[in-house]
Amino acid sequence: MSSVVNTTHAVQLHEVSKLYGSFAALRKVTAEFAVGKCYVILGQNGAGKSTLLRLIAGLIRPSFGICSILGSAEAGTMRHSIGYLSHASMLYDELTAMENLRYSARLYEDNSHSTTSLWQPEQVLAMVGLDARLDRPVGKFSQGMRQRAALARVLMAKPELLLLDEPFSNVDLASSAQMLRVLAELRAARKTILLTTHQPELARPIADFICTMHEGQIVSLEPAQSPEGRSA
Amino acid sequence: MKKTLLIGLPISLALLAMGFYQAMYVAPTEATMGNIQRIFYYHFPSAIMALLFPYVNFAASLVFLATRRSNPLRAQAADALALASAEMTLIFCSIGLATGMLWARPVWGIWWTWDERLTSFLMLWLIYVSYLLLRRFTAGGQTQTLAAVLSVFAAIDVPIVYMSIRWWRTQHPSPVIGGGPNSGLDPSMWPAVWWNLAGWFVWGVMLVILRYKLERKRQWTEQESALQALEASLETAR
Amino acid sequence: MTYVRIVWAHLAKDLRLEWRSKDAINGMLFFSLLVVVLFSFAFDPTMAVSRQISGGILWVALLFASVTALNQTWTRELRHQVLDAQRMAPSPASALFLSKVLANFLFVSMIQIVLGPLFIVFYNLRAIGQGWLMLLVLPLGTLALVVNGTFFAALSLRTRNREMLLPLILFPVSVPALLAMVQSTTAILTGESDPGLWIRMLGGYDVIFLTLCLLLFETILGAE
Repeated sequence: MSSVVNTTHAVQLHEVSKLYGSFAALRKVTAEFAVGKCYVILGQNGAGKSTLLRLIAGLIRPSFGICSILGSAEAGTMRHSIGYLSHASMLYDELTAMENLRYSARLYEDNSHSTTSLWQPEQVLAMVGLDARLDRPVGKFSQGMRQRAALARVLMAKPELLLLDEPFSNVDLASSAQMLRVLAELRAARKTILLTTHQPELARPIADFICTMHEGQIVSLEPAQSPEGRSA
Repeated sequence: MKKTLLIGLPISLALLAMGFYQAMYVAPTEATMGNIQRIFYYHFPSAIMALLFPYVNFAASLVFLATRRSNPLRAQAADALALASAEMTLIFCSIGLATGMLWARPVWGIWWTWDERLTSFLMLWLIYVSYLLLRRFTAGGQTQTLAAVLSVFAAIDVPIVYMSIRWWRTQHPSPVIGGGPNSGLDPSMWPAVWWNLAGWFVWGVMLVILRYKLERKRQWTEQESALQALEASLETAR
Repeated sequence: MTYVRIVWAHLAKDLRLEWRSKDAINGMLFFSLLVVVLFSFAFDPTMAVSRQISGGILWVALLFASVTALNQTWTRELRHQVLDAQRMAPSPASALFLSKVLANFLFVSMIQIVLGPLFIVFYNLRAIGQGWLMLLVLPLGTLALVVNGTFFAALSLRTRNREMLLPLILFPVSVPALLAMVQSTTAILTGESDPGLWIRMLGGYDVIFLTLCLLLFETILGAE
């Protein structure tokens, strides 16, 4: 995919607010997220983490402010380079992992982005440690397996920017470890990762920056201090 | 809003008073229907208004859809106008249907007949009821977009409804007396028609403007309270 | 070409899901069967007039049945937020709409294949007009129901009371289509008049609204 973008910032937010009626989910957020870094976003429920990720993904539009993704301020233009994963799997329960991935692959093929720019379903499933021959529908997977399959779907389009909303919630330790290994590889390949979580200790090893949100604002954005972070 | 009332109210009331005088005292009594025919002077203007405001609604909805990304402020105004004109359509449509039924009962001996005009009118009424229901059932920012889309559907559907009902009725001629109520109207009745038409037109336009301003005020208050919430919490967070 | 492949991918997925879950088709089938049975209690089918009213009954049964299915096809996309994935995919949104229309068209057609013979038996029907024209009226009428139905189901997808909202906005807009379906079916069954005008009108209705829906679907899907 030819989305190597000429910008040092994967995401630039300028005074971005999101209002739902008179409730402000995001309040004048101004921040920059550099290309190739991994940001771990912490904060309580309702701090605006999910809203932030959905906004960057282009699923919702800011009420005020400018949000520029991979150098483009126009919503939707970069969607083939964004991978968004929420705690919902975004997979069909009745289909197997392979069927889900094959279907999804079709939606990302078009003339400008040919099939070669996608990973093969077998390849991504191997990356997240799932057996491609598994003919069980996703609905019968454990939460950990389902989340890994969901990650595989997101990875298939080779996104430059990964947005992961609570990827480890209710996921068993082995699956989390597997997912973290994949994320570490992506970080090494200079992909940008924004990840929200309630379990900072899990994500710390791959974090370049720790970002804390409170009541719709980013209150701190600091380099991760953990020594393991450097070694990973 | 005060200015609209100050200008609109005297003009429309004067016109309507003149219309009332013309309809009740000046216009001659109709030969076969008698005094009941005088309801026509109220039925006809409402029906015309009910056919006029859907165009306003459609135009405003198109403006909304075209500008909702590029010029949100204009889009908001267009949406307020669309809402105001939709409600006005429904009101005049209801009055038109009600007066029509009151007129039909003594003259035709029935409240309702599935005549082409009546049926199309009922369909118009139904479509605008569903438009307003949609506005009520949806929440947040999607209301305006979805409603505008439905308005486009309504605008395209209404002519098709009218044609289909015409064909339906020409295939099975209805036993209703006479042609249109408008055919063969005595020249001496026209002044009453024109006065009432003018009166109801000014009245309707005034109501639309008032409703539009009210909706704008609501939009503005909502935005203001949201901005206030935004600023207030910025202070507490620091 | 790519567009066709994407539509096919969506459609194959929908058919596979339906095959595994059978959510829509079972409910629809039983529902329309019930309607036909109930109507035959309400209007004595042995009467001579049954020929006059059976066109209406058939289409009203199908209309109600398809509403039950139309909601299903989109609710499926809400589960596990798959709809978000659809909205983020770079493939054109109208392809998703078109595939849903095709899927619903297939489901309703399947219902007709089961219901048709039953109807003929229950109401003791025999077309006096040109029976083969029904092969034109049925698909055109089904398409008219399904195009707007699929669109409005998507429109009411993220609203409160969506199950209730769908018929409320679908039925008024569908009146001309329903009129044309019933009139042409009755004309064919009774042989008293020419259904040509109504069939042409159904065709026109299909073309107009399919175009409109394809144009406006992206707006609906993107609405927050």
